Amino acid sequence: MSEMTTNHAIAAQIPGEDVPRGERRSYWANVRERLGHDPVTLFFMGVIGAAVGAALLAPWVAPHDPYATSMLARLRPVGTEGHLLGTDELGRDMLSRLIWGARTSLLMGILPVLVALVIGGFLGVIAGFMGGAVNMVVMRIMDVFYAFPSVLLAVAISGTLGGGMGSGLLALTLVFIPSLCRVAETAASQIRGLDFVDAARASGAPVYSIIVTHVVGNVLPPVLIYASSLISVSILLAAGLSFLGLGVSPPTADWGQMLSSLRQGIYMQPLVCALPGLAILIVSLSFNLVSDGLRQAMDIKS
Amino acid sequence: MMNFFKLQGPAARVAPRPDPRDIGGPRQPMLIARNLRKHFPITGGLLGRAVASVKAVDDVSFTVQKGETLGVVGESGCGKSTLARLLMHLVPPDSGEMIFDGQEVGARYGLRLRDLRRNMQMVFQDSASSLNPRMPIEESVAYGPRVHGMGRAEARAHAISLLEQVGLPARLFAGRYPHELSGGQKQRVNIARALALDPRMLILDEAVSALDKSVEAQVLNLLRRLKSEFNLTYIFISHDLHVVQYISDRVMVMYLGEVVEIGPVERIYANASHPYTQALLASQLHADPRNRVTDPPITGDPPNPVNPPTGCRFHTRCPFAEAMCSSTAPRLHPLAGEEGHIVACHMADPSSGHARAGRAGLDRLGMARPLAAKAASEPPCKEGLRA
Repeated sequence: MSEMTTNHAIAAQIPGEDVPRGERRSYWANVRERLGHDPVTLFFMGVIGAAVGAALLAPWVAPHDPYATSMLARLRPVGTEGHLLGTDELGRDMLSRLIWGARTSLLMGILPVLVALVIGGFLGVIAGFMGGAVNMVVMRIMDVFYAFPSVLLAVAISGTLGGGMGSGLLALTLVFIPSLCRVAETAASQIRGLDFVDAARASGAPVYSIIVTHVVGNVLPPVLIYASSLISVSILLAAGLSFLGLGVSPPTADWGQMLSSLRQGIYMQPLVCALPGLAILIVSLSFNLVSDGLRQAMDIKS
Repeated sequence: MMNFFKLQGPAARVAPRPDPRDIGGPRQPMLIARNLRKHFPITGGLLGRAVASVKAVDDVSFTVQKGETLGVVGESGCGKSTLARLLMHLVPPDSGEMIFDGQEVGARYGLRLRDLRRNMQMVFQDSASSLNPRMPIEESVAYGPRVHGMGRAEARAHAISLLEQVGLPARLFAGRYPHELSGGQKQRVNIARALALDPRMLILDEAVSALDKSVEAQVLNLLRRLKSEFNLTYIFISHDLHVVQYISDRVMVMYLGEVVEIGPVERIYANASHPYTQALLASQLHADPRNRVTDPPITGDPPNPVNPPTGCRFHTRCPFAEAMCSSTAPRLHPLAGEEGHIVACHMADPSSGHARAGRAGLDRLGMARPLAAKAASEPPCKEGLRA
C-alpha cells in the first residue's frame, strides 16, 4: 500500500491537481459555462431569441393586420404615426409584416437545416465509420448533389415541385444534406482511426454502441457548428427563392418575398424597401456570430 | 540506467497462483499463437486490385505461460504493433490460430471472440488518443463493463475502485476529462480501463514508451504491482531494451515480421545468439559515458517488408551472411544446452552447413567492443551503486 500513497502524493504535486474533480460534469455543462463568459455570443443569442419570440408571438405582438391594405397610405416613410416602420406598396404596415414574415423566414431558415442535420449527419457517420464500399457509395451520391451550385439546385428542385413553402423547404433540405454529410463523414472517419475506438472494440462493444457512445458525441460539435452557420445561408436562400417567386406566394409575409415586391418603390422610400433586407442581414449575422461563439465554447481545450 | 528502478528486485519468476478462471491447469500456456500471419494488401490501378502486400507479420508462433511477462522487441516497423492488434483481433489474421488457455479462439467449440476480449485486454501506446476526449475518465473505464451488461451504478463503483488502484484518487480525478490529465495519468486511466473487464492477460503495446523516464518508472512499478494483485499475464511490447529487461521473464525478438529469437530474459541479454539480437543489444545506450556507443553495430534501414529478402531476412545486414543465408530461410531451432532458448539462425544449427554452424553466440557483432568480455570484466551498475 505504501506505493499507492506515493502515487497519490505524486499526483497531488502537480499544480492545480488537488482541485477535487470527483463529480461528473457533463460536456454540455462545460459548454454552457464557457458561453456565460462570452458577452458577444450571448448578445446575439438574445437577438435570435427576440426574433424567434416575435415570430412565435406574432398575433399578439404585431400592431396591425399584416394583410390589411390601404390605398391611401402607400409607401409611408419610417416613423409615420401609427406605422412605426412605414407601409409597403399596398399600404400594409411594415412592422407587422416583418414580424409575421419572421415566421416563414425563420422556419425556412431553421427547419431545412435541422432535417438535413439529422439525415446528412446520420449518412455521414455511417459512411465515415464504416469506410470502404459504404463510404464510397454514400459519398459519391453526395458528390452528385455537389456538382450543382446550391442556389441553382434549390431553384431547380423547387421549380420542378411547383413552388410553394413545402417544396421550398424540401429543396433547401436537399441542398444542405450533402455538405452536412461531408462534415460528419470527415469527423467520423478521423475518429474511426483513433485508439479509443479500437479500445472500445477491444472491450467487445457492438458497433452501434461504439457509434452512439464514442462517435456521435465527437462528431456532433463540428457538425452543430457548421449547421448553425448554415441557418443564415438557408434564410438567404429561402429569401432568394421567394424573390424569384418559387418560395411562398403572395400575399404571405416573408422577408424575401417582401424585398422582391418592394423593389419598385426603392426610389420613393429607400429605407422602407431596405427593411426586409436589413432583417435578413441582422438575423443571418446573428446566427453566424453565435455559431462562431459556439465553436469556441465547444472547443474541448479552451 | 534501469538499475535505478531495479531496486525493487528482479522480476520474480513465480509459479502462477491458482485462479478460479483457470481452465487448462497451471501447465497449459495462457496463449499459444501458431503461424499467425497478416499481409496488408497494397492496392493499385484503376480497379483497386492488390498489386503487392506488406508482410507485416509472417508465420509468427510463440507461447505465453501463465503468470509470465513476455517481452517483444524489435526495430520500428518490424510488426510488433500489428502483432498486438492481431492478438486482439482488431485486425483479423490472414491465417494462423490462437489457443487461449486451451481453447481455440473462434473455433466452433472454442472461445468466442467476445469472450477472448473479456479475458485479454490491451493498453495502447498513445495515451492521448486512446481516451475519448468528450467522456469523463470514469465513464471511459466503466464503458467496457457496461457493454458486458453491468448496471450503471455497479459499473461506476467498479470504475472508481479501479481508478483508486491505479493511483488516481476518484475524489480528485473521476470526473475529469482526458485533456485535464498528464500523460502518465492518462496511461493510468488506460490501464484501469484495460483491467475493467477483469482480464487474465494484458497486451501492453509500447505502453510506457511515450512517458518521460520518471513517470515511466512509476507506471512500470504500477504494472508490476497490478500483475500480482490481479494475477495477470503480460505481453510487453517495447522498443526500449532496458524496460524489457526490467519487466520481462522471457523475450521475443522480431525482425521484419518474423520471430528471430525467443528465450529467457537473462539468456537473451547475456548470451544473445542471433546476430540481429546482438546488434540490438549492442546499440543500447549506456549510462556511463566512457562506454559510449560510437559505431552503429549494424547499418542501414530494415529492408522493405513489401519485398523481404529471400532466405534469412536478416542476411542483407548480417556480417556473418553466407551464400546459403540468402537462399534458405532458417527455422527456429532450440539451442543446445539452453532450455527454452530458440533461434532462427543457421549458425545456431550445427547441421545447417553454415561455416560458423554451431558457433552461434560465440562470434559476436561489434568486434571492436566484445560484449561478452566487457560484461565479464566490468561490474554491473547495481553493485557499483551499492559499493
